[in-house]
Amino acid sequence: MTLTTTEISSPGMTLNMGPQHPSTHGVLRLVVELDGEVIHSCRPVIGYLHRGLEKMMEARPYRQNVPFTDRLDYLASLNCNLAMAQAIERIGNVTVPERAQYIRVLLCELNRIASHLVFLGTFATDLGATTVFLYSFREREKVLDLLEAMTGARLTYNWIRAGGVAADLPEGFAEGVRAFLEEFRVALDENDRLLTGNRIFRARCEGVGVIPREMAIAYGASGPVARGSGIPYDIRRVAPYDVYDRMEFDVPVFSEGDCLARYCVRIEEMRQSARIILQCLRELPEGETTTKLPKIFKPPPGEAYSRTESPRGEFSVYLVSDGSPNPVRVHIRTPSFVHLGLLPALLPGVKVADVIAILGSLDTVLGEVDR
Amino acid sequence: MSIQTTAPNRASQAGQWAAGILITVLLVAIVSALPLLPWQKLEPVTRFFGEHPLLNALIKAVLVATVIALQCLFLIWLERKFAGWMQARLGPMHVGWKGTLQTLADALKLLTKEDVIPAQADRALFALAPYLVFVASMLTFMVLPFSLTWVGYDYNLGALFALSISTVGALGILAAGWGANNKYSLLGGVRAVAQLLSYEIPMILVVLSVVTLADTLSLTRIVQQQAGLWNIAAYPLLLIPGFLIYFACALAEVNRAPFDLPEAESELVSGFHTEYSGMRFAIFFLAEFANNFFTAGFAVVLFFGGWQGPILPPVVWFTIKTLLLIILMMWVRWTLPRLRIDQMMGFCWKLLVPLALALFCATAVYLVR
Repeated sequence: MTLTTTEISSPGMTLNMGPQHPSTHGVLRLVVELDGEVIHSCRPVIGYLHRGLEKMMEARPYRQNVPFTDRLDYLASLNCNLAMAQAIERIGNVTVPERAQYIRVLLCELNRIASHLVFLGTFATDLGATTVFLYSFREREKVLDLLEAMTGARLTYNWIRAGGVAADLPEGFAEGVRAFLEEFRVALDENDRLLTGNRIFRARCEGVGVIPREMAIAYGASGPVARGSGIPYDIRRVAPYDVYDRMEFDVPVFSEGDCLARYCVRIEEMRQSARIILQCLRELPEGETTTKLPKIFKPPPGEAYSRTESPRGEFSVYLVSDGSPNPVRVHIRTPSFVHLGLLPALLPGVKVADVIAILGSLDTVLGEVDR
Repeated sequence: MSIQTTAPNRASQAGQWAAGILITVLLVAIVSALPLLPWQKLEPVTRFFGEHPLLNALIKAVLVATVIALQCLFLIWLERKFAGWMQARLGPMHVGWKGTLQTLADALKLLTKEDVIPAQADRALFALAPYLVFVASMLTFMVLPFSLTWVGYDYNLGALFALSISTVGALGILAAGWGANNKYSLLGGVRAVAQLLSYEIPMILVVLSVVTLADTLSLTRIVQQQAGLWNIAAYPLLLIPGFLIYFACALAEVNRAPFDLPEAESELVSGFHTEYSGMRFAIFFLAEFANNFFTAGFAVVLFFGGWQGPILPPVVWFTIKTLLLIILMMWVRWTLPRLRIDQMMGFCWKLLVPLALALFCATAVYLVR
């Protein structure tokens, strides 16, 4: 009698995470092949939020394209406004008044804080610490109140226009911002005690989803993802726009490349944003807040490219003009789309729980992935 | 234009404290007044039930089920309120005074909802699973002594019975995970069973230590022996670490953070009860909170002198101690993030099991010394 061995093969399981899933942060769909709890492969499926914004922009005059950018990265729409406004100004050789530049920087940094607070809350919730979510949204609420007092909107501000900003700061804004920053500093320290030092949190983040320096460069990572992998690359530093060259701030860089590094970069960035905001308030000059563009704005034929540092990374707008009132081609380079490309390379071999942690640490916004 | 700055309203928090104290005092007063009622007038009735043991058992079962349902209603409200207080918000406020009737409203809503069974589900397993889980947690309540007389069934192997019956719940969870034919449910079910069975081991070892110290498996006798000094104070070197191990296991047994992997919302949508709706879902919830109460009550029996305490009636003492432990569990739940599955299993097998074994050996050495 011979003994035969039978190979027990498990075909694995295909799990369809999303587009309706509590942790995909929007309408992202991940098709993951599972072997028990371990990820075998992952395929992100995008396009559920595709609106054809780039094409729509070609059918509108330049200035009417700014509101579209609100719908890209809806957590930091002022930063998106800025990129588009800058591109229009470059293609039409428009100079922006100094006061407007300061206000732009001020608003963008406020919005960066709001956006990073959403990251903090959702990332913590993804890891199961639900209370942090409420605490960070409480702080974000204050930023939104300030921005609402400024712009009248809470999410899609459409306040940074080609040529400057829509209007000057409202009365009492500076005091409101200062009061908020004072509370915010305390809240950040509180968060450090509640979450950053927590052993379980560190165990869930340390060494998870490591993006080595070379990989980050190869995949075109930017923003906190690149800076979490030890690349000191910040557009505000390497190609300063507006008045960032006058601002004193540090660019936090962590070399570990794991989820914790990316988390720490963002936490530190919020502190630096607070520094920048205070400088803006201190140095804010008097003057005009907008340069009037002609009623029918026809830039000379040519092209323009504007790069900005959005909370998620390098956010750029490319415009081509043929001398007509509408752009011939608009291209938007969004960091979330690029970072999503890292997922299939990062996920194989990790556990299901880590998928959520890694996705959360990349901090993608589907609005700008799908455009 | 004015800048709106939000400041938390301190006055309402003071109100909440006052309300909480008021409710507690009222409840204590009601329970304390119970023995003053003219119970002797019921004597013919009790004699009648004494002559019909089957009827007697039925009545007791109904009573236990009622107690479970009531404490569940209260605990869910407390959990939501407590979460609210921890998270700088109010929690339920609309139904009833301070939202006290919110759970009742939710339960009624669940009762009226359609009982959806997925087309591809294993219907028998799917339908049976919640009751399996519920019956297991209900049976554990039968032996939990609220006081010397307030105990469903004073079994002389109570500790063993409770531990073995509570394991049956894992079967129901597995059935739910498998029967729903949903991948998230399956993952949740697998996680739950791995977790429940693993954490059962250090838990049993700790309970075994207490049982060897008390030299009895009867829960009422264990409590009676603590009349002078609570176990945790009588053997602090053995039972303080013992309680900590038990507490960690208890968190895992009731699927609470940091061990809430089986129903990890951010990963598995809702784990093994993803597909459940209506009353079946409510029964899962009921069982979860019943389990919660039981593990806390069991700890009170083993370590904190059960119903022993001055002045107040025993039932009140038992409830107060158990509630304090449950609040501790809630505190942990709303503070900590969740572990990953390998970390969770590693924590059990590499840390808790050796520690619990060492504790058991130390207990044995202490006894034969």
